[in-house]
Amino acid sequence: MVMRFYSIAVYLFLYVPIGIIVLFSFNSGRNASDFRGLSIEWYGKALSNPFVLESLTSSLIIAFSAAFLSSIMGTTAALALQRMRGPMKTMFDGLIYVSIMIPGIVIGIATLVALVTVFDALNPLLAAVWPEGAEPPRLSLGYVSVIAAHTLFTMSLVIVLVRARIAGMDRSLIEASQDLYATPWRTFRQVTLPQIFPAILAGFLLSFTFSFDDFIISFFVAGANTTLPIYVFSSIRRGITPEVNAIGTMVLAVSLTLLISAQLLLRKNDTKKAAKG
Amino acid sequence: MNKLSNDHKDVEFVNVTKRFGPVVAVDNISLSVEQGAFFSFLGPSGCGKTTSLRLIAGFDQPSEGDVHIGGVPVVGIPPHKRPVNMVFQNYALFPHMNVAENIGYGLRQRSPKPTAAEMNKQIDETLELVQMSGYRNRRIWEMSGGQQQRVALARALINRPTVLLLDEPLAALDRKLRRDMQIELQTLQREVGITFILVTHDQEEALSMSDRICIMREGDIVQSGSPRELYDHPVNRYVADFVGKSNFIAGSISGVNGKSITVKSENGREFIGSPSTGAPTLRGGDHASIAIRPELIAISPSNTSAADMNADVAMNGRVKNQIFLGEHTEYLINAEGIGDVLVLSPKHIESESGGFNPGDTVTIGWKNELALALEDS
Repeated sequence: MVMRFYSIAVYLFLYVPIGIIVLFSFNSGRNASDFRGLSIEWYGKALSNPFVLESLTSSLIIAFSAAFLSSIMGTTAALALQRMRGPMKTMFDGLIYVSIMIPGIVIGIATLVALVTVFDALNPLLAAVWPEGAEPPRLSLGYVSVIAAHTLFTMSLVIVLVRARIAGMDRSLIEASQDLYATPWRTFRQVTLPQIFPAILAGFLLSFTFSFDDFIISFFVAGANTTLPIYVFSSIRRGITPEVNAIGTMVLAVSLTLLISAQLLLRKNDTKKAAKG
Repeated sequence: MNKLSNDHKDVEFVNVTKRFGPVVAVDNISLSVEQGAFFSFLGPSGCGKTTSLRLIAGFDQPSEGDVHIGGVPVVGIPPHKRPVNMVFQNYALFPHMNVAENIGYGLRQRSPKPTAAEMNKQIDETLELVQMSGYRNRRIWEMSGGQQQRVALARALINRPTVLLLDEPLAALDRKLRRDMQIELQTLQREVGITFILVTHDQEEALSMSDRICIMREGDIVQSGSPRELYDHPVNRYVADFVGKSNFIAGSISGVNGKSITVKSENGREFIGSPSTGAPTLRGGDHASIAIRPELIAISPSNTSAADMNADVAMNGRVKNQIFLGEHTEYLINAEGIGDVLVLSPKHIESESGGFNPGDTVTIGWKNELALALEDS
């Protein structure tokens, strides 16, 4: 009885603040702490605010690119790890889990330091080798650095998901394909890839969500760019408005949708397998 | 490489050994499978039968020795370049494809690829061959085990391989279905004329389907021959025990006199049996067993004399168990001096004697010429 009361309290503590944000995003009043009735006015305001739209675009580009890159690189890594045996495998497995656990702030600082060092070393070199008269490119923090940092930390998620799927895959399917005259590449394309695709897609969706929601790492390496979480953070300093609540609610809706889709993708495969079994 | 006389051999092993680390899965075996044969590898799990099959398919390569398929050496050639197809134990059907796509998989890998019309024609023909017409668009998980089995068979057969490999194909089916599929597989094999190589641990399955059986143990071939040869002339106790049912009286050889070998049982009684054709010669003092098949033992009311039973050996015993099997009745009898003996009594004899019940005392006996003296191994 006490335990039940306790767990209800924990859930309330977790979800009431989120519920309040959602509720107040529909507030028709101006003040964030004074509910005056339902309205979607603030959603309109948020979506017509050029700063919101600009940072939203950045966030979408970054999340999409990072998710795309980490899906490809993560899948490739998972496939390579699958063939590995012995202590190296254990080491790589450990490193993947560690990289998921590393706090965002550490990745942020580390990536920032690394990128700045590389840029400082490369920029004079580029200027030196660039043809006379043309403006040499200057590498600096921006989209590319955020995408790189996000790819780095979301890639481990894809590796873990895809590896689990490969491990659960029936090895004899690959042998059956080889046995039926398919070359190794065709076996990969026609059997392995379709089998692991749901996991890759789930990895993509999770990576997208993580990248889209990330504040800490972006804050360190975004340079002059503003992502949506950074915009929200900076606008909160001017006070919490229903507009911020509306943005938060939209981000929440998108994130939940993607997370649930990823979950369904992973589960659908299991039920299919169970039905077959 | 020389082709010698393998023109009519579809598969040949020449001194093949396969090791996995320190484990020897297949130990220096040589064998050949005639073209168009239904050949079985029979043995308990871990005897090397599946490894042998995988060496033919190309999933594993031998550590030593040569494998030939259709007279061509294939060591080092990957599975996708070998003219063999396999029916996997768990069928290994592609779950993301429907029945027609699964069956057409092998055809689609060909170059040049057959036209869609040609492929459809072949898929329909093959579906008909395995009696699955009308299942073209079914998803794999919508079908029963037996249906999946047929699709797996069709997927392999459509490619008209030199050799069809079957890895415990019926293990997952229930008993009734298994019997039906055994008959169907045999009919199918005669119809298509392709060499079938089956791996099984089920002796009944091997006996009922194969032309030739190769019995394996711990990576070695113990005996190979036709089902009848293995049943009537097992080379040792292991084969006699594995193929069909048999009663054994263990002991050591006390006398060898041409075609009659005397084995002295552990409690001192002497039994006579004949040597098995093709078996290694037995010598006095060797550990050996007298083997007698249950259907060769006569059963009569107690204290019938050996002469009245038309037998050379007779002994009293008590019926421990009786199982009515329709055509036959199976008795488990605790016989004096030799312990439990299985006796299979045909229906017409049962009708005369009226049968026996558990607890009854009976006399059992057999003719010496029907018993075999076999090496214990």
